[in-house]
Amino acid sequence: MNDRPSAEELLAVVERFLREDVVPALEGPRRFHARVAANVLSIVAREVARGDADLSDEWQGLAALLERNPAPPADLPGAVREANEELLRRIRGGEADAGPFREALLAHLRRVVDAKLAVSLGTSR
Amino acid sequence: MKPEELAEGIARFIAERTGDTAARVAGLRRLTGGASRELWSLDATWDGETRALVLRRDPPGREGDSSERGLEFALLRTAGEAGVPVPAVHWSCDDPNVLDSPFFLMDRVDGETIPRRLLRDDAYAGAREVMTGQLGAILARIHTIDPDHPELARLHAAGQEQGGISPREEVGRIAVGIRSLALEPHPVLELAERWLLERAPEDSRRSVVHGDYRVGNVIFGEEGVRAILDWELAHVGDPIEDLGWLCTKSWRFGGPGAVGGIGSREELVRAYEKAGGVPVDPETLAWWEACGNFKVALVWISQSRVFLDGRVPSVELASLGRRTAEPEAELLRILEESA
Repeated sequence: MNDRPSAEELLAVVERFLREDVVPALEGPRRFHARVAANVLSIVAREVARGDADLSDEWQGLAALLERNPAPPADLPGAVREANEELLRRIRGGEADAGPFREALLAHLRRVVDAKLAVSLGTSR
Repeated sequence: MKPEELAEGIARFIAERTGDTAARVAGLRRLTGGASRELWSLDATWDGETRALVLRRDPPGREGDSSERGLEFALLRTAGEAGVPVPAVHWSCDDPNVLDSPFFLMDRVDGETIPRRLLRDDAYAGAREVMTGQLGAILARIHTIDPDHPELARLHAAGQEQGGISPREEVGRIAVGIRSLALEPHPVLELAERWLLERAPEDSRRSVVHGDYRVGNVIFGEEGVRAILDWELAHVGDPIEDLGWLCTKSWRFGGPGAVGGIGSREELVRAYEKAGGVPVDPETLAWWEACGNFKVALVWISQSRVFLDGRVPSVELASLGRRTAEPEAELLRILEESA
């Protein structure tokens, strides 16, 4: 167990330092890059806060679409990637061109993309 | 070549072209932007007059086709003749021995280029009112440039790499780029490719297409548009491509209007058609806007690869990889709405 501050607390203080002290002290391209750096820390903070929940949700969605066993696999990122590649093959094969599979796929992808945006932009819907 | 040597080289070149042996260069400094091409600001004096200039130069040692610089120069000149606001060009030089790499010189147009300022600064309230109409009317003039103009012969070759020859081929080009560069599977982009191919406009009109027509490539002032920049992606293709790209969500920077966050598609199309542009079919425009999102996804993926491959350790390039979800969300909305 690491001591406090937590990873979230450390990220937040560095982000604040960048926004409040570094950005106003710089000009031109370096000011712009310092602002981008602060935004990147916000992305990391949101990703850390959401933990593995998004990846687990994506796996559940993929397992339902591809009729797989929904039990969480040992290598979750590897399994999600492999299932997404299977999805690409089915799309290329025309299976998602119409019908209930397309509807289920679009609903699944909406959840996945919204989760990505919740991390990258901090949006929630 | 150090900046002082570059300044001397430019002064010698101007002296040779003008016959004024006293020609001189001052205030040479590198401008930001343009990773693949260098931009330098300078003040040059010849025939007793000082002019604010910009030097556009290939990075020395870059493997590439020196004729590209000549083509950009020719495009700026023909665009200027067609009534498009562009920086006036002076001289182009393909000989790499003069300044280490091919270059050209053009006038420096003062003004702002940062889209967020256009959207948010009070100083640009008037510009926000007029720029959508201006951008439409200017685009109509760009599309009057004769693609068969002798100086633009290389545009046809450029079309094959940079813009495709038909809408379908453009989709194919982008899809190949995504497949070769994306490090993760992207089911949304795979679905988008099929949607785009199925609905691609058939044999379209052939115009000179700017290829990167968006607010970020415009110099503007409080009164509106001053110059259209960055012609390096110009090609021959469907003119509606430029309208669709201008409306792509990534160039709105959070503003409400489809056109760079400041205006509506309807206003843009009205101004374009009124200034002599071809009639715009809303479905074709929507298709090119969708294709624009598909291309933006490729741009973010390829830019982040420059970071991920260890070529440039830039925090900005790194951050762009996570932006891929934005055009994906837009494409998904289009897929959902057309279901």
